Amino acid sequence: MHYTFKIEQGNFTDAGQASSSVKRTMKQLGVRPENIKRTVVALFEAEINAVAHAYGGQIDVDIDGEKIVMVVADKGPGIPNIDLAMQEGYSTASPQVREMGYGAGMGLPNIKKNTDDLKIDTTVGVGTTVTMTVYLNN
Amino acid sequence: MAALVGGKVRGSLENMDYEITKAFASDLMSDVLREDMDDTVLITGLCNIQTIRTADMAELRIAILSRGKVADDEMVEMAEDNGLTIIESPFTTFRISGLLYDAGLQPFY
Repeated sequence: MHYTFKIEQGNFTDAGQASSSVKRTMKQLGVRPENIKRTVVALFEAEINAVAHAYGGQIDVDIDGEKIVMVVADKGPGIPNIDLAMQEGYSTASPQVREMGYGAGMGLPNIKKNTDDLKIDTTVGVGTTVTMTVYLNN
Repeated sequence: MAALVGGKVRGSLENMDYEITKAFASDLMSDVLREDMDDTVLITGLCNIQTIRTADMAELRIAILSRGKVADDEMVEMAEDNGLTIIESPFTTFRISGLLYDAGLQPFY
C-alpha cells in the first residue's frame, strides 16, 4: 500500500496528521503495537522537522507485510552538518518552533533510535530527503 | 488523580481506571517521544494542539496541563478522538510533581 501526504511550511496545526493517519492504518492492519509506536514516533519527528525547517515537502509511505518505508522529502535549507544534527541536544530551531514544544535537539536522534534503517540525503540550499525503514517482523 | 492536583477533567473519560505507575514532566515534546510512556502520566505546561498529537504518538492516556492552562476546543476534540484524558490543574509543574511523587508515582530515572 502506498500513501502520500503534503507538508506545509510552518503549519503546526496540521503537523502530525500524516503520522496519525499511518498509525490508524497500521492498527487496522494488526501490526504489533511496539512496531506501530516506533514507526509513528520516527515519522512524527521527521514530519515536525520538515514543517519546522523546510519550505514544504512530501511524505511517501509504503507498507507491506514485511516492512514500512517512509520517505520525507522537503525543499529547504538542507542540513550543513549531519554529524552535528545527529547529536542529542543540538538544534537550530526558531523561537516559534520552540514555543510549539519542539527544538529540543532530539528529532534526528529519536528517528535513528526508532528505525531499523535511516538514510539522509541533504544538499544545502536545496533540501533534505529522509528515508526511514522499520521492519515489522522483529 | 484529578482531585489530587485540584484539576478539571476534559477530553476522553475512558481512562478513569487506567493504572498509572510513573510520571514524566516536560514541556519539550521530543523528550516525551524519547521515553517509553506506558503507564505514565505526562505533566506539561505546553498547551497547544501538538501536546495532544505528541500524547497520541507516545500512546499516553492521561496528560496534566499545569499552571492553569486551559485546553481549547480543538485540543479537547482531538483528545476525545484519541482516547486521551486531559486534567487542567491550577498548580505549578513542580507542585503537581511533588503531589504525585508523594502519592507513590515513580520517576523514570
